[in-house]
Amino acid sequence: MTEPAIQAPAAPAGQLTEGKGPFALAWSRFRRKRIAMACLVILVLLYAAGIFAPFLETHSYSATDLSQTQAAPNAEHWFGTDRAGRDIFSRVLWGVQTTAILTIITVLSGSILLGVTIGLAAGYWRGKFDTVVMRVGELAASFPDALLVILLAATLRPRILEIVRGVEDSTGFSGLVRSGVVDFVLLAIVFLPLSWFGMTRLVRGQVLALRQSEYVQAARAIGASTPRILFTHILPNVIGPIIVSVSFGFGAIAGSEFFLSFLGLGVQPPRPSLGVMVADVPLRGGSSALSVLRDHPEQLLFPGGAVLLFLFCWALIGDALTDVFNPRTK
Amino acid sequence: MLEYAARRLLWLPFLLILVSLFVFVLGLYGPGDPVEVRLGQNYTPERAERLRDQLGLNDPFFAQYFRYIGNALQGDFGESFRYQGRTVTEVIGPPMWVTLQLNVAALFITLGVGLPLGFYVAKRQGSWVDPTVVTTSLFLSAIPLPISASALVIVFSLSLDWVPTSGWGGFFDPRIVLPAVAIGIPGIAGIVRYMRASTADVLGQDYIRTAQAKGLSQQVVNYRHIARNALLPIVTLLGFTFAGLLGGAFLAEFVFGLPGVARLSLDAIRARDYDVIMAFALIGAATLVIANVLVDIAYTVIDPRIRLRE
Repeated sequence: MTEPAIQAPAAPAGQLTEGKGPFALAWSRFRRKRIAMACLVILVLLYAAGIFAPFLETHSYSATDLSQTQAAPNAEHWFGTDRAGRDIFSRVLWGVQTTAILTIITVLSGSILLGVTIGLAAGYWRGKFDTVVMRVGELAASFPDALLVILLAATLRPRILEIVRGVEDSTGFSGLVRSGVVDFVLLAIVFLPLSWFGMTRLVRGQVLALRQSEYVQAARAIGASTPRILFTHILPNVIGPIIVSVSFGFGAIAGSEFFLSFLGLGVQPPRPSLGVMVADVPLRGGSSALSVLRDHPEQLLFPGGAVLLFLFCWALIGDALTDVFNPRTK
Repeated sequence: MLEYAARRLLWLPFLLILVSLFVFVLGLYGPGDPVEVRLGQNYTPERAERLRDQLGLNDPFFAQYFRYIGNALQGDFGESFRYQGRTVTEVIGPPMWVTLQLNVAALFITLGVGLPLGFYVAKRQGSWVDPTVVTTSLFLSAIPLPISASALVIVFSLSLDWVPTSGWGGFFDPRIVLPAVAIGIPGIAGIVRYMRASTADVLGQDYIRTAQAKGLSQQVVNYRHIARNALLPIVTLLGFTFAGLLGGAFLAEFVFGLPGVARLSLDAIRARDYDVIMAFALIGAATLVIANVLVDIAYTVIDPRIRLRE
């Protein structure tokens, strides 16, 4: 116990942190938050379980066992079975995979990249471009979210289906439609108008403040090019809020997928999705349907619980990251 | 500030034109054929063609569009394709009224629970109460609505038998309680967090110390000095909070089988009843913008610092 006291003068706290990059510093601060770390572990396991669903499943997600319908959790069916005798454990795994794939696609398809790029450009150049971006963003934001998502999902599906069928015909891949490609492309497109503006507004605001700062003016004075200023001077200083917003966004993707699939506009059967699984339980129609629910809560609780974990853990991680990147708590 | 509000309101017609154009384009590329839906069993190519001519669906895009806008300006949103013989206003009016009542009730729940809780928690920063309440409200907001709704029904209708399981009887009927609670719960976490931050801000102000130093009772300080000032920034959130409830209202109307806009708009989209969808989109967007302008105006009325700066 005396050792740190002896070592302290040799390596003062300031020097300890000096050698670390901003990410290492943020990570070391994040690691001390136990709840957020627990959430991170849960999420990693959850996404991994989804991605490796084909290896972890105990039954095929579409195999029906009519001798065992609405079974309670047992040794053969760990989470029980649904009305058609399908294994809920395997279906939850595949449902989680649906969410995982969608998250990856949404990230890759550029809602983050797009939002950040537009925000950087609008904040840095201001002027007409900025005005147009903000007006278009206000338009997107003034459309009721739920209605916009439903409208886009219902309208675009047939078009995307047509295109994917065309690809199937011309390339000889046969399982594309069945694998759910249509749903993924559709949902990624539907989420785009919802997600970019929040990020754009955030980045733009930060850039507006930073572009006047002395170190940016100094960089400009020594002749740094615009891309250099944007990407090596401004962007690293905006990255904190971006990461926070992305972590909240991941939860939102899981929530939106659930919303649309529950309403029947998102992922289509036979591909399992957490929203479809909850919608399969007859909730509507008063107490007779609800008695099913009272007797077989596992049909609702396992898929619902997975959605809950996504939303709850991403929110807690987002909170922790807010603390980590907030300069006032440094 | 008034100038700002006026500018926002002037922007409204422009915004509505953009929204309507957007929906119109989607309608053009959307699935299905409204004429087919309308004719149903009586469909023949000749009849369809005649009906299309009659309805002006063969006209160029902008001719159709401007005719629609012209009528809409006079309060005529057209005739529903699906519910024949009824105007769109007749079709969407009652469900919108239901959804509005539901959302207002839910807003009462969100604010009624969230604001006192956020205030309470801010005064107990550093104790175990603070993180517990914040985390619990986050957990509650993460429960998917179909599940929280069913849990509410099982507990309060089936087990305790306090309220009927489903049905609709208007704002003052007890049956509104469970759906309103289900819709309201997810918003609580956000309100708690904002109220907590805003109260914590006020708590650090000099005038609070002054109020306490001159010997005012804790109650007077709490309500007159802290709460009233902490509520100011919350007012600006009301518009967005209200808009955010709509998604929950969709799910709740579904689960509880309420005659609101959820069922109707899903049916309308499936049946390609675009006049109904268009009316929803326009009214929804207009409500959102107007609500936010009203909130901004209310803010200047409440906060003398902003009012006097002008």
